[in-house]
Amino acid sequence: MRTAVVVPAYNEERTVGEVVRSVRPVADRVFVVDDGSTDGTAAAAAAAGAEVIRHFMNRGLGAALGTGIAAAVAAGAEFVVTFDADGQHRAEDVPRIVEPLAAGRADAALGCRTADRARMPAVRRLANWIGNALTFVLFGLWVRDSQSGLRAFTRRAASELEIMTDRMEVSSEIVKEIKRHGWRLAEVPIVPVYTEYSLSKGQGFIVGLKTAGRLLLNRLMR
Amino acid sequence: MLAFQIIIVAFVLFALSRVIARFREGSLTAGWLVLWSAVWVAVAVAAILPQTTSWFARLIGVGRGVDAVIYVSIIFLFYLVFRVFLRLQKIDHDITLVVRELALKRRGEADKD
Repeated sequence: MRTAVVVPAYNEERTVGEVVRSVRPVADRVFVVDDGSTDGTAAAAAAAGAEVIRHFMNRGLGAALGTGIAAAVAAGAEFVVTFDADGQHRAEDVPRIVEPLAAGRADAALGCRTADRARMPAVRRLANWIGNALTFVLFGLWVRDSQSGLRAFTRRAASELEIMTDRMEVSSEIVKEIKRHGWRLAEVPIVPVYTEYSLSKGQGFIVGLKTAGRLLLNRLMR
Repeated sequence: MLAFQIIIVAFVLFALSRVIARFREGSLTAGWLVLWSAVWVAVAVAAILPQTTSWFARLIGVGRGVDAVIYVSIIFLFYLVFRVFLRLQKIDHDITLVVRELALKRRGEADKD
């Protein structure tokens, strides 16, 4: 198997089925990690043809990614792609983000949504910039979109990736891991799909603040 | 002896008995036994002989004995909160590992069916 797509999902029954159907043509296997949803996320994902792994209680984004990546590695994936369940990514960006890895030019790739500035709402751009700056200050690596949900790892990187945080901090933690292992990073411009729904599912102001707070605490306490 | 001194000493004796009981159970390591015993003995000494706190205050360069006691208490409390925070984080992550293990295992079993 070459490409496995991992979709962490928490209460995404409205979108997860469509997301799974859209990525199936570009992925050899699709793993949906249902992170303790209370709606029909698992059923919708399974009906669309995904392999569903279910957390019996909600553990957060980082926990779900960790589980999905572990399953993909165990299943023998050569490339592991993470893909948001809210419908903000385009399936055609999956092969584009895997390409630098397949060509041997990179060990990890991040999809940056900032390439086409006009598409991202201004508030989002500011929040993203703060996320990038905080990630840089704490972990010493500047990336153009530290909070992006579309990422790809080679098999080796995916198996060496150590995710210790359970919630939204995971995005910055992955940047930390890229820096710590010295992986070659490719930043691939991607086109985000901003719908009212996907905007409502991202990190709001308060959640963003909490994420920043936990990042700082974690950094200070270790 | 003043009433508050008697109350504090009685409480310290109770606390010490708890510390020793926990150590005997094995839920407290030797290091923590020593630390907690020292803390409670220090509290008893400060209550019975308040002048020792003035000596201690001069030693560390703080004006009054009472101030020194409060500073030390706050530092100790911060340290405890820090320990509890680390512990909580670890337990939080351990729960995730359990949930993950179960999720992957159940999937493996479902595949066999």
